[in-house]
Amino acid sequence: VAGMFLRLLSDVRWQAANPKWRRMTCSRRSTSSTAEPHPVSLPAQAQVVICGGGIMGTSVAYHLSKLGWKDIVLLEQGRLAAGTTRFCAGIVSTARHVSVELKMADYSNKLYQQLEHETGIQTGYMKTGSISLAQTQDRLISLKRIASSLNVMGIPCEIITPKQVAQLHPLINIHDLVGAMYVPEDALVSSASVSLALATAASRNGVQIHERTSVSHVVVQKGRVTGVETDRGQIQCQYFVNCAGQWAYELGHSGEEPVNIPLHACEHFYLLTHPLKEPLASSIPTIVDHDGRIYIRNWQGGILSGGFEKNPKPLFTEGRNQLEIQNLQEDWDHFEPLLSALLRRMPDLEALQIMQLVNCPESFTPDMRCIMGESPTVRGYFVLAGMNSAGISYGGGAGKYLAEWMVNGYPSENVWPLDLKRFGTLQSSRTFLRHRVMEVMPLICDLKVPRWDFQTGRQLRTSPLYDRLDAQGARWMEKHGFERVKYFVPPGKDLLDLDQSKTFYKPDWFDIVRSEVKCCKEAVCVIDMSSFTKFEISSTGDQALESLQYLFSNDLDVPVGHVVHTGMLNEKGGYENDCSIARLSKRSFFMISPTDQQVHCWAWLKNRLPNDSNLTVEDVTWKYTALNLIGPRAVDVLSELSYAPITPEHFPSLFCKEMSVGYANGIRVMSITHTGEPGFMLYIPIEYALHVYNEVMNMGQKYGIRNAGYYALRSLRIEKFFAFWGQDLDAFTTPMECGREFQVKLEKGMQFVGQEALLEQKQNGVYKRFTMFILEDHDTDMDLWPWWGEPIFRNGRYVGKTTSSAYSYTLERHVCLGFVQHFDEKTGEELVVTTDFINQGEYEIDIAGQRFQAKAKLYPFSSLFTHRRRKDEVELSGYQRE
Amino acid sequence: FYLTPPQVNSILKANEYSFKVPEFDGKNVSSVLGFDSNQLPANAPIEDRRSAATCLQTRGMLLGVFDGHAGCACAQAVSERLFYYIAVSLLPHETLLEIENAVESGRALLPILQWHKHPNDYFSKEASKLYFNSLRTYWQELIDLNSGETTDVKEALINAFKRLDNDISLEAQVGDPNSFLNYLVLRVAFSGATACVAHVDGVDLHVANTGDSRAMLGVQEEDGSWSAVNLSYDHNAQNEREVERVKMEHPKSEEKSLVKQDRLLGLLMPFRAFGDVKFKWSIDLQKRVVESGPDQLNDNEYTKFIPPNYHTPPYLTAEPEVIHHKLRPQDKFLVLATDGLWETMHRQDVARIVGEYLTGVHHQQPIAVGGYKVTLGQMHGLLTERRARISSVFEDQNAATHLIRHAVGNNEFGAVDHERLSKMLSLPEELARMYRDDITIIVVQFNSHVIGACQNEE
Repeated sequence: VAGMFLRLLSDVRWQAANPKWRRMTCSRRSTSSTAEPHPVSLPAQAQVVICGGGIMGTSVAYHLSKLGWKDIVLLEQGRLAAGTTRFCAGIVSTARHVSVELKMADYSNKLYQQLEHETGIQTGYMKTGSISLAQTQDRLISLKRIASSLNVMGIPCEIITPKQVAQLHPLINIHDLVGAMYVPEDALVSSASVSLALATAASRNGVQIHERTSVSHVVVQKGRVTGVETDRGQIQCQYFVNCAGQWAYELGHSGEEPVNIPLHACEHFYLLTHPLKEPLASSIPTIVDHDGRIYIRNWQGGILSGGFEKNPKPLFTEGRNQLEIQNLQEDWDHFEPLLSALLRRMPDLEALQIMQLVNCPESFTPDMRCIMGESPTVRGYFVLAGMNSAGISYGGGAGKYLAEWMVNGYPSENVWPLDLKRFGTLQSSRTFLRHRVMEVMPLICDLKVPRWDFQTGRQLRTSPLYDRLDAQGARWMEKHGFERVKYFVPPGKDLLDLDQSKTFYKPDWFDIVRSEVKCCKEAVCVIDMSSFTKFEISSTGDQALESLQYLFSNDLDVPVGHVVHTGMLNEKGGYENDCSIARLSKRSFFMISPTDQQVHCWAWLKNRLPNDSNLTVEDVTWKYTALNLIGPRAVDVLSELSYAPITPEHFPSLFCKEMSVGYANGIRVMSITHTGEPGFMLYIPIEYALHVYNEVMNMGQKYGIRNAGYYALRSLRIEKFFAFWGQDLDAFTTPMECGREFQVKLEKGMQFVGQEALLEQKQNGVYKRFTMFILEDHDTDMDLWPWWGEPIFRNGRYVGKTTSSAYSYTLERHVCLGFVQHFDEKTGEELVVTTDFINQGEYEIDIAGQRFQAKAKLYPFSSLFTHRRRKDEVELSGYQRE
Repeated sequence: FYLTPPQVNSILKANEYSFKVPEFDGKNVSSVLGFDSNQLPANAPIEDRRSAATCLQTRGMLLGVFDGHAGCACAQAVSERLFYYIAVSLLPHETLLEIENAVESGRALLPILQWHKHPNDYFSKEASKLYFNSLRTYWQELIDLNSGETTDVKEALINAFKRLDNDISLEAQVGDPNSFLNYLVLRVAFSGATACVAHVDGVDLHVANTGDSRAMLGVQEEDGSWSAVNLSYDHNAQNEREVERVKMEHPKSEEKSLVKQDRLLGLLMPFRAFGDVKFKWSIDLQKRVVESGPDQLNDNEYTKFIPPNYHTPPYLTAEPEVIHHKLRPQDKFLVLATDGLWETMHRQDVARIVGEYLTGVHHQQPIAVGGYKVTLGQMHGLLTERRARISSVFEDQNAATHLIRHAVGNNEFGAVDHERLSKMLSLPEELARMYRDDITIIVVQFNSHVIGACQNEE
């Protein structure tokens, strides 16, 4: 924040060699008293320009230079480490829910620990440990789940009793605690110093750093970054990295080609006090009291305590605003609930004298995960921002991943949960962001239970049937802004209210979904699946076929009317997308992908398809309403409505036909259901949606038709061992690793992306294997339910994590899907996973510290299912339907 | 025994009343936006009264609080009659003539006042004829006197007060053939009441006060804070000028007996009041009236009792002191209240509480620690209190109710303490009067826009 006031001061070239710079860390106003280093003009060109001299920008510069890129310029509008970074609380905490975030935090911790040694700059690193408190049993469960994750990553961590908490921290009132999680290696740093140390190291590696230089906009030509316009002239460059923190959104919109970076700032308050009479030991652990919404750390013998209130104050909705900046003052009345929580937690602090209440805006994102990666619209435009107040914890790791991404084409970890391309323009409305971040900020302290949905920013994208379904008791969840039905509450039945249905145990919709599943198995159900991303690819000649053959691993040169399940793989053979492609004609294809692929898949195709005016790709997602008719009687309903023969002989599995349904003509009917159950997907031009739905429901009555939702679909697909992209499959998973070799045509007569990697895997074997687990001694009514991310143990040793789970109403057991790896017992080296290795083990799944026996399976229980099977209806695909 | 918050609220809100000046053409052209009033009894029945009315034949609005003693009869009569006396005193000669002619010829009368009454505020039906006749006599005299001069508000107020008290006295001396009425006029005269009345017309605010009720102006300073300006003087022993006045009006020999234990003749707290003929009539007159009066009066120890050292009546007057104030845009509201409020709250606190209530919580000054030494505990106490203040604001839709809540329920931090409030409100009748007095409050909110515009015109 302070940086913004410094824009008028004279320019300087920031030099690590000048010892005086260190004083900047001591005083905010030191700029005027420090002798100014001589200003150096900006270079005319560079390979990379990074905008933002906070923890993110310096970390990216540091890691890029480590990876060998030297021609880098870092621009900071004020002073280095002067924005959010300066005021950040400096807590490095590895207790994270999302696996990739946990890995980033762990890496950051290790990086900061050795940074002082590497650079000679004091970073204030102190390994204090952290204690996360639980006031309720649910909170303790949540902590135990994190503890399980930390333990299998080799991060020391234990669940402790309130008494042990009291031993670790003398000031804590433990009377309302039920337990806590202790992570002894969590640390504190001075965030500004860390940032300066990273800058120093980067500078030694050749990175040029210019302070008091503002980027006005990024110059884009033909969809590529070509330069940066600053208040001190232009720099030509190939890569631009937007690390502008809370200004990233505005900067993204400043150019002619807007880059949507959905984040929004909220005020964030923390308290600094004078030292205690007996100053706190510098090794005292940091306390995180989620139920009290506060954190408390040692600060120079006193405390630093802030939190995430229920009623956040969003700001800068209309962009950078001098008035708002000047009004960023201490707001004690706003802080009152947090102060109360602090004094309840540490009553002895009453007599402690206040130093300051710091107001430090933080930026938040629509899903509480940070934003990294390349813009889908402008090549060479990278982003790293939106840290949801965990910038210091993520800074090291996030910078590393982004640097790897730029240098190697992809990071060393699956960062899809953080990828900028998970968002589109639809998340960039200022109103949406303002409303959503007001929900996100409190969520940082809220209990994260399975299947929670955001309440703000809803009803944005809806199917034309939305009102009809809603009137019939639909309960909704949202994916990529699209409302999708979870299940239908039968008339006259009331569910618990929202708060009470937040549970780690058996949910209240259990019996509702059971009856929907039963109807799918025995009769017929309709599920509105309009949210799926739909593209049409066509050409005047063979360009479409040739391009798709190159981009997809399965053979798409099939007769017209066939549907092909195929992965869209990267060079390593990993799934960038998993889709169904129907060949509509010789020269046109209809491609169906998961809902959240809309931006990513579009960018992937655009960047790789030849620039040929005879080849067109169109996003037709909005043009079609999709109804999934699942169940053995689907065929009866459809044949009565179309007067066309659709018996398996005329309409075998994996076929696509345009036909009439009721009065409506031109409905694309495909014999797939994404569940392994018999049935059809109907792609209906939206103006016919209501008509077709009404006809289907009326005609279906005599076959027992009913509405169903995604929870039923999910149960069906998981018990059939269908993996879905975004949850089970990611850019680091190949078809070979999930038993989908049959969807790869290595011999299709032409090269395709990922072919070499897959060939190698075929010869040498795979290092992880997608496996299905049936929980054996798990009591559905009494035990905690699995979710995803649970550690898998084979013969008592950790071998991997689950990726999804569901209750199978057919098996009457929980089914978890996940990957099994094989680590050498001595060296920990990854070994090839063979079928024997999977089959010859005793497995356990760890749910919040409790282990349940599980049976491993590499193939689904097809024999258990009673419905009639057709000859070649092995529809082994499926993708996300969460 | 414990009252729940809803029970407390139903007690506090039982007598609340709000009036908004109606808008014409989407605009309120009056300098008054409206008023909130409320009263909380301690005596059973309550001895306080309140009145509010808009003058229909002249401009302006009248508001008043009346604190009765030795019963409620006098306060009741004053609350019904005083505004008519004031309105008549303000009427121009032609209008008086018109009214008199209408009465004379049995035509419909021009309405003089539009009352703004709570359903519990009643008028005596039985005495209306009697009261009307006295009033008619008054305006007939005004017609005869026709001075030709334009009516001065201050003078009109003083005349009206004095005339009404005089009529009360006369009616009791004359008596009435109807025994009920006869008893009524005697009860009115033998009981007493103070009155604090405001007349607002444009930027001209007049407050006429008799007794120890009080009028206070709430002023918002430039920095948003609130201050109080007194618009009346208490007529009691604490007011030296008042003590001087009483002493001046009686021989030196009585100096010591005039004010004893801070009371007039050792008996009466207010030094000015309506009624209270025991402090106005000669001993002979008192004895004569009591003896010829109904038995109830004769048997009453109080009425028969002659105050000690009673040598040179009258000792008491109903003549008000009138203060004129030109309203400014920063004058946001006026509080009229009986001494039940002022005993428990300082006027500065009253100004702040009402001011913050009327402007909403947003105007609560932010706290800044600056260089001060503040502990976490102190800050916490302060914040809790501020929050309580805010939450109590949200509970009330009526500024007067809000003030009563604070007056009765405030703890040592100036925050409403529900437990205390509950205790105070659940006191049995016989104890209630020992812990608190009747409280009657009117909060008048001014229209700064109109006042600002008026100022600019002048």
